[in-house]
Amino acid sequence: MAVEILKEKYRSKVGEVVLGATKDQGGTRSHTITVGGESALPYLHFEGEIPNRPVLALEVWDMVPEEWDPLFEKYYGDVWNDPGAWARKCVEEYGADLIQIRLKGADPDLKDASVEDCIASVKKVLEAVGVPLIVVGCGKAEKDNLLYAPIAEAAAGENLLIGVAELENYKAVTSACMANQHNIIAQSPIDINICKQLNILIAEMSTAMASRIIIDPTIAALGYGIEYSYSIMERARNGALQGDKMLAMPMIGNVGLESWRAKEANASSEDEPGWGEQEERGVLWEATTAMAYLQSGIDIMVMRHPDALKAIKANIDDLIKDNSY
Amino acid sequence: MGLTGLEIYKHLPKTNCKDCGSPTCLAFAMALASGKASLDACPHVTDEAKEALDSASAPPIKLVKVGVGDNVVELGEETEIFRHDKRFFHPTGVAVLISDTDDVAAKAEAFEALEFHRVGMDYKTDLVAVKCDSGDAAKFKAAVETVAGKTAKAMILIADDPAVMEAGLGVVADRKPLVCAATADNFEKMTELAKGKECPLVVRGKDLHETAELVEKVVALGHKDLVLDSGARETSKVLADLTQFRRLAVRKKFRPFGYPAIAFTSKEDPREEVIQAGVYMSKYADVVVMKAAEKQQLLPLLSWRQNLYTDPQKPIAVEAKLYDIGTPGEESPVYVTTNFSLTYFIVEGEVESSRIPSRILSVDTGGVSVLTAYADNKFSAETIAEAIKKSGLEEKVKHRKLVLPGHVAVLKGALEEESGWDVIVGPREASGITKFSKDNFA
Repeated sequence: MAVEILKEKYRSKVGEVVLGATKDQGGTRSHTITVGGESALPYLHFEGEIPNRPVLALEVWDMVPEEWDPLFEKYYGDVWNDPGAWARKCVEEYGADLIQIRLKGADPDLKDASVEDCIASVKKVLEAVGVPLIVVGCGKAEKDNLLYAPIAEAAAGENLLIGVAELENYKAVTSACMANQHNIIAQSPIDINICKQLNILIAEMSTAMASRIIIDPTIAALGYGIEYSYSIMERARNGALQGDKMLAMPMIGNVGLESWRAKEANASSEDEPGWGEQEERGVLWEATTAMAYLQSGIDIMVMRHPDALKAIKANIDDLIKDNSY
Repeated sequence: MGLTGLEIYKHLPKTNCKDCGSPTCLAFAMALASGKASLDACPHVTDEAKEALDSASAPPIKLVKVGVGDNVVELGEETEIFRHDKRFFHPTGVAVLISDTDDVAAKAEAFEALEFHRVGMDYKTDLVAVKCDSGDAAKFKAAVETVAGKTAKAMILIADDPAVMEAGLGVVADRKPLVCAATADNFEKMTELAKGKECPLVVRGKDLHETAELVEKVVALGHKDLVLDSGARETSKVLADLTQFRRLAVRKKFRPFGYPAIAFTSKEDPREEVIQAGVYMSKYADVVVMKAAEKQQLLPLLSWRQNLYTDPQKPIAVEAKLYDIGTPGEESPVYVTTNFSLTYFIVEGEVESSRIPSRILSVDTGGVSVLTAYADNKFSAETIAEAIKKSGLEEKVKHRKLVLPGHVAVLKGALEEESGWDVIVGPREASGITKFSKDNFA
């Protein structure tokens, strides 16, 4: 018997955002990456377009990440003194689509790196790799606000993705991006109303910036509230498809960072014999977190373990295959 | 998918005879709509009306049970496409696959040992699937016997040849295994077998259309405890088919798809297989059959299941009590927070990563976060002071210093007065705890 396939009709779609700029476009990237543009729920190709693959970044710090699990030393230990070499290894050896440099060293409680130091770190990465770049601050607003404008200016033309703008602190980063035509990460604390409100505030500062926003809905790791962010993202994506322009932006998540904060990723096999082998468990904790966010519509994921990246890339290869009836 | 009172009213006798106990037929209809009455209470309703009302009020996806007793696994009876609209009800059954060409006894023992404990909960795999790859009925029967002897959990028997199935089913029919599968080639015999033993049956087509057609044929043969399999095995295709099963059942009440669905992984690499199983779990599979069976492979997947199937409308709480982090002594620091599980686990993670043995006092706020509980007066000087007393904290530590979340610094004075403890105002966000603890307690 013929089954009548149920295809949803949506009024709208997610906007597309281009990251990076080639020489012709005023930058130095070897290629650009386009994210977003979906006119269907995740990977339901039978009812709309999924024009761009979700992309995977790896995370590079401007200092040795002492707080990471020691197992990462065998992957990054030879390069983590040098952001450029680190970024190159992530792209050439581990297959990262793009690099997120986190200026952790700027944290006044850590290295208190100067604005010049931070610019130098960003430049090193730009010189070392040809992929588009995400730049995020140390997480302390007072310091980060001093960094945005000089970095945005120093990397003018590169069409970076810079973060993060928050409801209480969005003006400095928005104006830095506005002035130098970069893209912006708008971060809201697992709250769809704040997410919208922040997008509206950024758009009010500059209508041009509205089409340069990437939403960071704040993701939680598997086991630590992932279902909240999963549902917020599903609601945001449904809203986007139904025509809510202030939710119709691509989404990003710090999958690696959050997953590797979980006890399940870090507890040794000796401490938790009931949980099996540690590294494999950690890789799968990260990859399973990523899997769930792909199903709720994420467009950019910042990963940490090279094997988690590889496994989730294989999943993306499968999901991107046409399933039209 | 209930009917409204008015829709039900149309089918009632409209005589207001009061025999059902309600004052009017309309009042009875309203009671039916809200689930407060049963149609049986009306002695005058016609058979046609009864049938119309029964089929309209039946859940869009049937509940199917596999296994018996404590090991029964309930599948289906889902009503939503998105968990945020209400919730998902019956967690995806996770089945570990054992082939009759494997070392069956060893695999069955390993399966039986799979259970996990994390964040105060026990997780387990629910089903074991025994598959005939040998083509040999005797070998399959022996494998089923071996597995059944090692575990009492619910079973799935996989064989396409009815003669092979009969041999295996003969051994464990009383445990109500899921018979897998009826296909276009064997459905008459398979249905007869499953129906005869009152076991649930997987119906596998080669696509959605054939699956719907087969379901109707099997139902016509009198068997209704069914599980759907569209036959697809590629991730993207399975995702689409599972979505269609769920949507057509829930939105269109398309009866042939009003049954739970089963999915089989196809990836050889165990990592990729876990991820593939996760996709199917996220998007509507009621059972997933997979080969990967190591602890480190199943823990992430079972954790995702637990997260996905929580009720979004109910705040999740941890037990409100005193928690030890590491092995704290009588001078170790004490943090206080709420019993909202998200808050608690984040605080726990940060305190743990400070590597300073500590205690966390989780106060009963009805499972809401610090600021919400504060606004509600559930996280107040009084409730915290009471929790200190009740927890026995004063016997466990010699000092009288409590770290209070920075967001509620305003409580400091009142809490010191109420409890007699010194209050140290901690960081506003949990992420500040590591540094805070190093500065104050290292």
